[in-house]
Amino acid sequence: MLLEIEGLSSHYGRIQALTDVSVSVDEGELVALVGANGAGKTTLLRCLSGLQPVSGGRVLFDGQDITSASPQKRVRLGISQVPEGRQVFGPLSVEDNLRLGTVRRRGKDVSRDLDRMYTRFPVLREKRKQPAGTLSGGQQQMLALCRALMSQPRVLLLDEPSMGLAPLLTGEIFDSIEILKEQGTTIFLVEQNAFAALGIASRGYVLDTGSVVLTDTGADLLRNERVKSAYLGI
Amino acid sequence: MPPAFVEFLQFLLSGITSGAIYALVGLGFALIYNASHVINFAQGEFVMLGGMLTWALMSAGLDLPLAIGAAVALTVLAGLALEKLAIEPARDADVVTLIIITIGAGIFLRGVVSVTLGKDFHPLPSFSGDDPISVLGATIMPQSLWVLGVSALVVIALQLFFRYTLLGKSILATSYNRDAARLMGVNVGFVLLLSFGLSAMLGAMAGILIAPITATNFEVGIILGLKGFAAAILGGLGNGLGAIVGGLLLGIIESLGAGYISSDYKDAMAFVVILGVLFFMPSGLFGRRRTERV
Repeated sequence: MLLEIEGLSSHYGRIQALTDVSVSVDEGELVALVGANGAGKTTLLRCLSGLQPVSGGRVLFDGQDITSASPQKRVRLGISQVPEGRQVFGPLSVEDNLRLGTVRRRGKDVSRDLDRMYTRFPVLREKRKQPAGTLSGGQQQMLALCRALMSQPRVLLLDEPSMGLAPLLTGEIFDSIEILKEQGTTIFLVEQNAFAALGIASRGYVLDTGSVVLTDTGADLLRNERVKSAYLGI
Repeated sequence: MPPAFVEFLQFLLSGITSGAIYALVGLGFALIYNASHVINFAQGEFVMLGGMLTWALMSAGLDLPLAIGAAVALTVLAGLALEKLAIEPARDADVVTLIIITIGAGIFLRGVVSVTLGKDFHPLPSFSGDDPISVLGATIMPQSLWVLGVSALVVIALQLFFRYTLLGKSILATSYNRDAARLMGVNVGFVLLLSFGLSAMLGAMAGILIAPITATNFEVGIILGLKGFAAAILGGLGNGLGAIVGGLLLGIIESLGAGYISSDYKDAMAFVVILGVLFFMPSGLFGRRRTERV
């Protein structure tokens, strides 16, 4: 397993946000974690990136215990997150945003990767000198995705890439995620949009009030009655 | 030239000179505020350390340039030590606590200097003589040109640093969105350390440049720090350009006020500016308009 979360717990003050969460993601897999608002999805990703302290359990990356590693060490090891709500650096240019993705890279041949990102999303090349804050929501999501890819991650953590986007744009973003998966990128996708996420995931987990309540293949979860009624509104 | 114009020009020149100093101090406030939202009330002490250490090193027999270099380096060390020993151990505390720590650090630094170097005023020699230069009838001291020239160079160097280096951009990114910067792998602890070092350097340079004009003692940092703070909030806290414009404006307001109203009110101008900004435009001239939830 590339990424292994074992019995993870986390608190905000005295409030427990995650209880005994175990999730694993294998190399080359696209694993989805779905759940309602407030289930603890973002907290879990913040724990994985080292922004949120862990109060129990451990996180293994490629066999190495990183439970208390600093965020910058995790980026260097190859964990890269696209945060909820995109969080691009608004006043900085599109290209500066992308370059900031390379802060922890050893090889500094940045221009080739910049070119790859621009080829994938030509609109970013067009607007590379503009402040990132002037991009539309969908473009900002593309930028956030590319910014995370610039660190050449071994696993990509995606937090609600569909948030606040029109259905058409959501489809576009999920298409790019699928392409990334086909190119061999390992992806851990966290989504409220269970239908879209489970549709492209090989395996899925359902998180409810801080605990994993179900896990199965993406296709089987989509057919599961509990998932259907609770998260898909069918 | 009509005498009224010469008089005005004279006030303007001296205003710009002290304004450049306030701008340097204000930039120091902005750097640290951006990295941490802390207002570093020990900023004035960096200014004081610059001047006092240069004087002390010269008394110990060093040449002026050497003494200046060493004083700047020592002040930077003091800034780094302040961050490492007082701010970093309390990094999980809230911003108000950190601000109080900086006030304490300022009192401590003043105390140490007054005990070890004494309480007297000391002038530094002018960098290149004391022959006034005539400009359209008004006069300007060579030291004022040093103040303006070095300040301009520092501002340009900072600008290049932030615009063209990944490290500079990392600092900006941290100030715009700390969590997102951490997700990029930016070491925000190092960014904070670096901003204290840079602020100390700016403060020290300001203190050294002004010392030949106003002399220095262990307490000069109080009023210079306050004026730098006024400059920073006039321009909009956390905005580099704002701090520069705010500093120059404050210097000019002060000098014109002293010249045309009464020099008794010179130091009061900074407070009037602070009050005016807080009453009428709390985000300053270039500040980002936003509210912060407490």
